[in-house]
Amino acid sequence: MKRASALLTGLLALALVLGPLTGVVTAQSQGIFIPLLVYRTGPYAPSGIPIANGFVDYFTLLNERDGGINGVKIVWEECETQYDTKQGVECYERLKGKSPVLVNPYSTGITYQLVPKAPVDKVVVFSMGYGMTAAADGRWFPWVFSFPTTYWSQASAVIRYMGQQEGGLEKLKGKKIVHIFHNSPYGKEANPTLEELARKYGFELTLLAVDHPGQEQKATWLQVRRLNPDWIFMSGWGVMNQVAVKEAAATGIKMDHFIGNWWSANDSDVVPAGEGAKGYKGATFHAPGTNFKVFQEIVKTVYDKGKGAGKKEEMGAPLYNRGIVNAMLAAEAIRTAMGKYGNKVLTSEQVRWGFENLNLTEARLDQMGMKGFTHPIKVTCEDHEGNGPVLIQQWDGKKWSIVSEWLAPMREVVRPKLEAAAVEEGKKLNYTQRDCAKEK
Amino acid sequence: MIYRETGQFKSSYASDQAIFPIVQDRVLVLLGIAAAFVVPPLVANEYWLQAVLIPLLIYALAAIGLNLLTGYAGQVSLGTGGFMAVGAYAAFKFATSFPQLNIVVVFLLSGLIAAAVGLVFGVPSLRIKGFYLAVATLAAQFFLVWLFNKVPWFVNYASSGTITAPTRTLLGVMVTGPQASAEARYVLALGLVAVFALVAKNLVRGRVGRSWMAIRDRDIAAEIIGVRPLRTKLLAFGISSFYCGVAGAEFVFLYLGSAETQAFDINLSFLVLFMVIIGGLGSVLGSFLGAGFIVLVPIFLTNAPHLIGLPLPVALQKQIELMVFGALIIFFLIVEPNGLARLWQISKEKLRLWPFPH
Repeated sequence: MKRASALLTGLLALALVLGPLTGVVTAQSQGIFIPLLVYRTGPYAPSGIPIANGFVDYFTLLNERDGGINGVKIVWEECETQYDTKQGVECYERLKGKSPVLVNPYSTGITYQLVPKAPVDKVVVFSMGYGMTAAADGRWFPWVFSFPTTYWSQASAVIRYMGQQEGGLEKLKGKKIVHIFHNSPYGKEANPTLEELARKYGFELTLLAVDHPGQEQKATWLQVRRLNPDWIFMSGWGVMNQVAVKEAAATGIKMDHFIGNWWSANDSDVVPAGEGAKGYKGATFHAPGTNFKVFQEIVKTVYDKGKGAGKKEEMGAPLYNRGIVNAMLAAEAIRTAMGKYGNKVLTSEQVRWGFENLNLTEARLDQMGMKGFTHPIKVTCEDHEGNGPVLIQQWDGKKWSIVSEWLAPMREVVRPKLEAAAVEEGKKLNYTQRDCAKEK
Repeated sequence: MIYRETGQFKSSYASDQAIFPIVQDRVLVLLGIAAAFVVPPLVANEYWLQAVLIPLLIYALAAIGLNLLTGYAGQVSLGTGGFMAVGAYAAFKFATSFPQLNIVVVFLLSGLIAAAVGLVFGVPSLRIKGFYLAVATLAAQFFLVWLFNKVPWFVNYASSGTITAPTRTLLGVMVTGPQASAEARYVLALGLVAVFALVAKNLVRGRVGRSWMAIRDRDIAAEIIGVRPLRTKLLAFGISSFYCGVAGAEFVFLYLGSAETQAFDINLSFLVLFMVIIGGLGSVLGSFLGAGFIVLVPIFLTNAPHLIGLPLPVALQKQIELMVFGALIIFFLIVEPNGLARLWQISKEKLRLWPFPH
């Protein structure tokens, strides 16, 4: 007993003293440092793992094949957040010491934490297709980028798709559309746009919240059954998606009238529902599958050399590909900055310039072996979302395939709201609007 | 040898009733507090302050609050997260509705609102006890979080449902908002927790604390000797919720900067309860030790493999961290069921005999 308590005291003292000490970052990394806030454990791991793997594989490809971006190595470090805001902040603070140029929070909650810190810490927050929609107005939020598109643009594109299927947007009048959302800032993002569009096109919108983590949705689907909606749109994440798809299949919903947003349409979301998931649709801004040259290169330079982050068979899942797109966009932004500042380890200000002046052309995509994989994009000082179009993909029981052409978001609806929201959010943080005419 | 009270005579009631009757204790605590105010802001980097010390202080405050209720008054509560949420949302509403209000006043007011809510949810404690009360307070947890998620008024109709701490200054120094330095926020959090710990320490030594302990140890006996259960239990709920409310307000304003209801979910209630149990039920010091244990050990475990140059995959590392942390909790509870505070007491007794134990 005596020894045990001596040991105990020793252990405690050790933990208390060493705990924070170990957080102190030591050496400056050689290369461009990019922290990766990942979640490979916890209820969101089914979504978190493929993204993280895509990211790491693409960076490995660049480092192995080209020696980095224009010969400057990329250095990254993963930090496990479990999709938890508090752990995410801890990760960010820990990795901040290594002077990162950009951060990919991969959680809207964490993005909301980092948006106010970005200009203070001078770190680019690259929330690709998520995060605070209002921050896509670059005049108010110079450090935040959410291209190729935002939740609001996505919601409007999905409504456009529903209209197309019904035979015209005016046919949506009187139709019942349900939005099932993760009850968090992420899930709620699309609501204002959907409400606006409901007013404009006269459809009946019902908003149904599913509480974190979303394993229990019986009540929600009971409501859906009672409503018998024409279309269902879902903003789910992690384990919530597969539960929803299973419930929908069990409830007897027409699966081809059930559209998930781009975080709710991965292999891991539909496979558990088996046959029932057939026909389920999802939004995306890049193609699924491995039918592109870049994947052959990843197999050749990364997986065949045993350096892959995941399993080779898991390549091509929508979220894996999203990791690739995200890593590619970040790398291209850095490359853009190098065009101006030279091929060296850049500062975060220089990388920010690269993000703001990114012009990803069809030719460049082709060069990278990504022709048709994703849409070209041009970022400007005012527009940090690029207003990218959206695709609809459908699950046929074995794989995803694209079933729509590129759907343009309704910019005329989204942009004014976005600018108004940017003013509001910017004022909350005591920001001032910058004049883009003066930016170079 | 060093720690010996020989020759220290208490010649007045005041010195007999002092919080720290032994001179060495008094000196140590005062030095400790002074060091806590001066050293970290000077030497600690932002990671230490922002990710380690500030949450530690805020959790310690919440743990003191829960300790008053659970440790001293014997009423088990799982509503801590909910009461912290009340404090946070009240502080947000006060700060945004009355921008000229001093931030400390905002914290105190939001504590009062939380106290009022705590009183309401404390009423069932008169009839239900033990585990059943825990379940009743669980209802508070779920109801309050649901309420803040449901009613957009609480978040000033922000579409994302997120509350963001506005920028406020105290004595000319920016203490909240993204531009506030971690040092300023740390000093404010430390100041508040120091004052409230002192208040708590005095509360539990006085009539109120004694009646709480009487209720905890035997409520019928307490009633017979004249302790009124209604007033005593409700007071415990009110004061405990006040502490939790202030901690919740600090949680958003000084630590996270912005938050959603998910930050105040049931896990937070459990976390604070674990702090109280591991630190020591019925001990103010234990609240600090428990908070320290729960905050520091996972961070240490996360960073330990890096430290010894063991590049583990993050997922594996996280699983190991959870397992080791769980094992440590069990180990501590078996070896010292009365918590870390008791351990400290034992080592103090040992120190008195040192270097000649008998």
